[in-house]
This record gives sequence, C-alpha cells and structure tokens, in this order.
Amino acid sequence: MSSQAYTPGLKRKASTIVRKTRILPIPGDVLVKKEDIVKADTIVARTFVPGDVQVINLAGLLGIDLWETSQYMLKKEGEAVEKEEPMAMVKSFFGLFKRYAFAPVSGTIERVSDITGQVLIRESQIPLEVDAYIRGKVVETLPSEGAIIETPAAFIQGIFGVGGERKGELMMIADTPSEVLTAKEIGPKCKGRILVGGSLVTNDALQKAVKVGIKGVVVGGIDDQDLTNFLGYKIGVAITGQEDIPLTLIITEGFGEMAMSEKTFSLLKEFDGMPASINGTTQIRAGVMRPEIIVPRPELTTKEPGDLEEKKEFLEQGLLPGTPIRIIREPYFGALGVVSELPVPLKKIETESDVRVLEAELEDGRQVIIPRANVEIIEE
Amino acid sequence: MTVSRKPSKPEINPEKIKVILATDCGSTTSKARFFKKLGNEYRFVASGEAPTTVEAPFEDVTLGVRNAVREVEELTGHKMLAPHGIITPSKGEKEGVDLYVTTSSAGGGLQMMVAGVVKTMTAESAERAALGAGAIVMDLMAVNDGRRPYQKIERIRHLRPDMILMAGGTDGGNVTHVVETAELIDAAKPKPRLGIDFELPIVFAGNKEARTPVEEILDEAYALKVVDNIRPVLEFENTDPARNVIHELFMEHVMSHAPGYDKLMKWTPIPIMPTPAGEGKMFQTIAKTYNTNVIGVGLGGATTNVYSMYEDKFVRTVSANLGMSYSICNVLKEAGTKNIVRWVPFDIEEADLRNRLYNKMIRPTTIPQTVEDLVVEHAVAREALRLGFEHHKLLARPLRGVQRRRTIADIFEQEAFEETYIDMLYVDWLAGTGGLLSHAPRRAQSALMLIDGFQPEGVTNLAQDSVFMMPHLGVLSTVHPKAAIEIFEKDCLVRIGVCIAPRGVGKEGEVMKVVVYMPDNSVKEEQVNFGGIKRIPLEEGEKAEVEIFPFRRGDVGRGPGKRSKVVVEGGVVGIILDARGRPLVLPDDDKERKQKLTEWSKTLDAYPERLYEM
Repeated sequence: MSSQAYTPGLKRKASTIVRKTRILPIPGDVLVKKEDIVKADTIVARTFVPGDVQVINLAGLLGIDLWETSQYMLKKEGEAVEKEEPMAMVKSFFGLFKRYAFAPVSGTIERVSDITGQVLIRESQIPLEVDAYIRGKVVETLPSEGAIIETPAAFIQGIFGVGGERKGELMMIADTPSEVLTAKEIGPKCKGRILVGGSLVTNDALQKAVKVGIKGVVVGGIDDQDLTNFLGYKIGVAITGQEDIPLTLIITEGFGEMAMSEKTFSLLKEFDGMPASINGTTQIRAGVMRPEIIVPRPELTTKEPGDLEEKKEFLEQGLLPGTPIRIIREPYFGALGVVSELPVPLKKIETESDVRVLEAELEDGRQVIIPRANVEIIEE
Repeated sequence: MTVSRKPSKPEINPEKIKVILATDCGSTTSKARFFKKLGNEYRFVASGEAPTTVEAPFEDVTLGVRNAVREVEELTGHKMLAPHGIITPSKGEKEGVDLYVTTSSAGGGLQMMVAGVVKTMTAESAERAALGAGAIVMDLMAVNDGRRPYQKIERIRHLRPDMILMAGGTDGGNVTHVVETAELIDAAKPKPRLGIDFELPIVFAGNKEARTPVEEILDEAYALKVVDNIRPVLEFENTDPARNVIHELFMEHVMSHAPGYDKLMKWTPIPIMPTPAGEGKMFQTIAKTYNTNVIGVGLGGATTNVYSMYEDKFVRTVSANLGMSYSICNVLKEAGTKNIVRWVPFDIEEADLRNRLYNKMIRPTTIPQTVEDLVVEHAVAREALRLGFEHHKLLARPLRGVQRRRTIADIFEQEAFEETYIDMLYVDWLAGTGGLLSHAPRRAQSALMLIDGFQPEGVTNLAQDSVFMMPHLGVLSTVHPKAAIEIFEKDCLVRIGVCIAPRGVGKEGEVMKVVVYMPDNSVKEEQVNFGGIKRIPLEEGEKAEVEIFPFRRGDVGRGPGKRSKVVVEGGVVGIILDARGRPLVLPDDDKERKQKLTEWSKTLDAYPERLYEM
C-alpha cells in the first residue's frame, strides 16, 4: 500500500447505518433497554453533577482567628444547610452578644478549613440528561453510561459548523446549488425547520432565521464577516459546537460564496420534508470531527457495516488511479475529477516546493497536477 | 485502556547503533526521519510525512506513524515496518533499525493549568516551569488574579487539563493562600481531558510548610506529586524538579491514555518526549556549541514556541493559539487583517484574504500551490512570529518580588525594569524550525520571515532546521548525543546567513556602508540607503571580516553612528544588509508599501519572478 498524504473526504450517503453512542460524562442511570425504539428526544440516561461551590471567608466575616474557624461552626462538614440558616456563631461578653454567619445558599457543608478560615458550601446537584439525538433502536446499553442508538439513515457531513445538536424537518429553500439564501426566502412557514440553501447565506437571512425560529441552516458557504456578526465574535480555532446561539449553522463547502456540491444538494433534496438531526460541532485537530446531517430512514432494513468502521476501511484503501476526488485549494478549488496517476518521486510545483503530487483529470477534461495534500476523496 | 509505564532510560550501546529511525507525532502531521552511520559519522538519509491519526475515525496514533515510515521505506527501499511495530535491530543493509525514538504533540500536546499565590511571583515561576517542560498553559491562577473563588472553580471545571502544577509561598512563608488554592482545586473536582477513569496528576512545588495540609486535601482523589519548592526564596527560581516530574507524569499518566500510545510506547525503548521539549533541547545545543545568546522559534500548525537562551537563562513560551494551520485564524484575530495584508506585495481584498485563511483553518493539511497563496501564508507567519515573540518577552524578564537596592535614578527607570531582559543587539543567533519555515521553497523566504517577525538588531546569525528534525534530534540526544550532534551540524542546521541591521531610524538619503574583506582576499565596498536591503553572497563555511559604518543614528553594538568591525560566517543567502531601521515601519502609502516589499524580496531573490508580475 502506498503512503497516504491526503485529507479524508466528507461523507455523503443516501443510506448507511448510523450508530450513535449516547453517554453521560459521569456515571448515572440508563433509562432505556436494548431493542427499545426511541425518538430523537427520548431521554436515554440521566445523572447529577456536583453543584456549584460557594466559598465563604468565615474567619473574616466573624472576626476570628483562622485556626478557630471550626470551633464556631453550628454545622459540621457533610451536614445540610438551608439558605439564610445560621451556620456559625460567635459569642462575646460572656455570651451576652452573639454574632451569626448565615448560609448564602442551600447545600451541604463540604469543607471547614482551620488553615484558610474558609467554609465551602456545595449547592444541590444539577441534573444532566442525554437524549437519543436520532430516531432509532437501542442496540446496546452501556451500564451507568448510556446507550447506543442505531438507525438506517442518510448521512451527510459538512465542512464546518456552529451550534450543537438540533432536530427538525428538512426544508429546501434553494432550487439550485448556486442560489444565495437571503432574508426574503424565509417566512413563518419555515418555523422549526432546518433550511437548505445553495451557495451562500447572508447576514440578513441569518437574522431573519433567528427571528422566525428556525432550527438550522445548511448551506454551501458563508462570508467570514457574516459568521463573525452572527456569533458576535471572531472564531480563532475551528473547535465549535458549544456556541450559545439559537440555531445550528452547517456549511458544506467553505468560506466565501461556494455552490453546494451537486451530490450533497441532490441528497438533501431527496429528503426534503423528512425529520432530521443535525449537529454543527466541528473539531479540526489531527483527525477531524465534522458537522453532520442525519435523516433516519426506518423503512430501510439493509445491514451495512457501522459508520466509522466503514470509513476507516475505505480510507485505508487510499488514493488509487480512478479514485474520484475533489480539489480543496486554489487554483482549482471545488473542481471534481478522477486520479489518473500517482507518481512516487516528489515534483516541483509553482511555489517551487517539492511535494508529493497526483495527476488528475478534471470534469471539464483538463489534466492537472495537484499536491496530494490538496485533494479529498469523494466517498460514493 | 490504561497502560502505565514509568519512563526509564535503557542501556544503549552507542557503538552498536548504525541505523536510527525517529518520528514526531505533530498536531497536523507525523514526520519520520531516517538516519544512518555512513563511514564514521551519522547522517540524515530520508524523510516521510503523513497526517496524524490520533482522533476519529482512526484513533490510533501509530497509523499515522506507519504511513510516514512507509514513505521513507518507499523512498529508500529500507524495510522498517512489521505487524508488531518497528523492526529492531537491523538485519543486513536493507532491513530494520537499531534505535527508534519519538516525540509527540498530537492531540493538543500536554495541556496544563498552573497556580501560584502572587501572579507575578510564584505563579509566573510555575508558568515558566510548565512551559519549559513543553506544556501549553491553559490558565494561570493566582490569589490576586482578580477573579472571585467561584469564577476560578468554574474555570478549573471547564478546562479539563492533563495536569496541574501548584506553586506558592517561599519556604517558611505563606501557607494560608497555598492551602486556599488546594481547596479551590479540590472543590472544582476537575476531570482530566483523556478518560474519566484515571486520577488527575497534580504537582505541588510550593512552600514546604504547606505540604502536609496540601496532601491532606489532595492526596486521596488525585495523583499528587510533591517536589522541591519552585521559589524557595524570592531571589531564586528552581524550576528543574517540577519540570522533571512533569515529564515523568506526562509519560505515566497523559501519554498512556492517548489513543494508540500504549502501542507506540512499546515500539520505542526511550520515553516519548513532548515535541517542544525536543525542540528546546536543540536550541540549547546551539547556545552551548557557539557559547552565545540564541532566540529560537518553532512555528507549528497549532502553536508557536519561542525559546531564548540569553545570558545562561533558558525560557520557553508557547503561544497556544498562534499557528499556521489549525490556529491560522487566531493569528488573524490577534494581529488583525490589516497587519497581515501589510506584508502582501500585491492587491488583495481583505475579505478575500480572510476567507482564504478560514478555508485553510477548516482544511489545515492543504498546502499552497500558487505563489500568491504562498505569499499570503508567509504574511501570516510574520505576524505569528511577531506576536509569539511579544508573548515571549512578557515571561523573559527579571524575577519579580526580589528586593533591590534602588537609587533615585532607578525610580525613573521603573519601566525598563518591568521589561524583558532580552536586548536584540546582543542576540547572536536567530533560528527557526517548524513545517512552514523548513518547507519554504527558498531559504531567503525564511530569512525575510525571521527578520520581519523578530527584527534582529546589530549582527545576527540566521539559521533554520533543514527539513524539520530538531524535535527528533532532541529526543535522540538523550540517548545518543554523538549521533544527534553530528546530524544536527551536518544536515539539520542550515546557516541562512547573517543579518546586519542597525538599531534606530535614519533619514531619507542616509546610507549604511560596509567594507567586506572576502575570503579570496578581495575587498568589497557596498552601501545601502536607509529603508533598503542588500545582499552580499558569502557561501556557507566561508568567513569574512566586515567593517560596518551605520547611518548616523544607527547602532550595531558600539553606539549610534559608530563604526564596528566583525567576523561573519556565510550561509545559503549570505550577508543581508538591512538598513530598514529598527523598529521597522512599513510605508503608510499603499503603493509605496507594495513597491518596498517588492524591492526587498527582489533584492534577496526571495520569490519566483511570477510574483512581481501580479
């Protein structure tokens, strides 16, 4: 096998088996059983995370020495305390005067320190739930952690996204992949839907989408400035998904006006009106996490290998003559083609760098030489 | 999967080592370097690179290593890979290696949180220790950092560091604040980044009087290691014990939990070293070899590491979010579009430039294919270097909190005391490594990037890593220093040349003149106008004596306008006379700026002719 220096391609599949592992960050209770059929919003596991901590400078508050702190406590470590309940008391003048320190919050006394004079109150636990995210079947439960949900589905990856998991019906807004999505295409009928546009979404369109209550927008490109306006800050590194924004945005091609790839566009069109689950989470660090659009297709029963295993096998085959590719950098950004040759020796390119290249035939018949690093494999 | 192995240096017989394979698992790319003993000396033979595979769908760092090694196999016909890992020892001329070593910064490297009592004293010392150990410092906490306790607790919870370094208090000094920090950490119950099933390592390097209470609070739930105080007295900083234990814990706790590292650790008998630690070792080698002040930089895909060895003080800083691929947009964010565009000698719309950089961020492994794209990336690199060095200077400064005897004059110089101790006039070497610098098609491009980014003053040697192998040689030097030094001098360190740049600003029409006594006994007289650059070829290995007559207010080490005489060594580019002034200011007028940039790069023959036709 030849060495592989290329970017793994984005997945665009009309039917595949999507498996999602839904687990809690810390152990808890699993609420579903194997073989259960779940909806996207079914809660599969629940736990409680430790509550916030309040730090009280008790010694300072009561005017006592640090080493005396625990002597004046009315509540001991591990005891519960209610908001505004006295938790410590100091008597002076033979017990004539009493001074109290009241708990600022309800919780449990976690620590009383005779070194720092501080008291730590842990507030009540915060419930944390994980839902199924996709409609499907529970194929495995993971004790104390969660469950694995599986469904036959259409599965499409974007290149970059913002905003986390959301569910809604897909709604085609564009007729062609090169149409620009503007505010005037968005109306009340779009409420709660995931809109699919063409080559670009404008700033106005995003503002309107938020106003109307749209769940998500899937589109070919966005201008960096519009993304900054939408988020309210500039993105520095592509680690996203935690943004506090009212809708999830997925771009499929890149920054600037970029027609959505035909394959992605026609796939999304095929599933117009169907319920989908989307996630804009992107992590581009040594291996990648790309945003995704999942359209469950329970009517399909074909058993296929699991998503990631299949992708790994496919990528291990790597670039071969005949492999369909897409060019992901200037000067042929976006062009589609087929690998015609994979020369082993390094070759000098326009920049004068000696790099590993491939020869490709583009759709328009041009024969071009491209650094292997600048192509992605199109997975059919 | 939890494999824990204590790092230990095995017995290596240097005499038996003939074939060496070294890899670095970088955040973007895994790089294999192949070395062999040819005759009596060790030399670099070939390299291979492939994308790093530490995350999904692969989640096994060894796949990327295999791909990179496979490229070396293809290029050399030397078989190294076996199903179990690397074939050792070598068998015959074309199979196996005698030694395999590796460094790693994959998956974000070593991410640490540090805490101390006073921000500019013990916390700053702790930061220097963590950075020196090759870590990225995610946050620095101190009693006086302006945050309320609950804000700190929230922050610790959110961070999920790989390790925490806690300092605070001189020996016999403050205990209360140190314990307070331990209480905050415990209250936050931080979860380690890799896997929830292992104990978070915490290193305590603070007041020895506080050890017992700190142990009482942290020993049960965390992997607590106690080492000597980082600041036993205010006048002395003792970072080595903390730094060593960080390396130990990095292997024992962090590396062993990263995907595929359990396998990789079995492939090599030598502890895996964080990439920046390997890099730093080699920059220190330059300083030791030439007995001089050195500034080094590793410009990576995710981070920019700056190292200074200045008057025997070694400081490393990492600008965790300044890089040329994953973090390229952070350079854009920090520097601003205008500061990047100012280095581009042709017309480019700001929006176009920004979209290009965003596209690089989301497809970080792509490389420039056109000269235009290359120049844009080099513009960003200048700003990453500039910002990285600014950050470095904040930590390369005198110890705070030390009592000094002061005079009235010192009061007026208070500001100077707060500044870095690095004086560019006395930095003799400026060296760079990292993919972008090593892969720059012409060395003159690296020269310009280093000069524009760091603005060296006086007479400064410029060097770079030939094909990015400094981390590899750094880890190799821990077990086979002879091989590391030989390869470093012969194949790794490329002398670009020497930059002669007066400090200060001149006037239009003023000139800097030099008289060069060439090795063939010829004498060259050259002059360059203020605002210009000139190149005098002087081959690598050749030496020449140079008499410098700076412009009136220009200082090359002897004072403004003063003549100076130095012996310089040549390089791929030669002698660069940089009379653009320090600080270097680009013309405000757009047309004039582009003309100047074009003139400078033409003079150094930095880019293909095509650039000047744009």
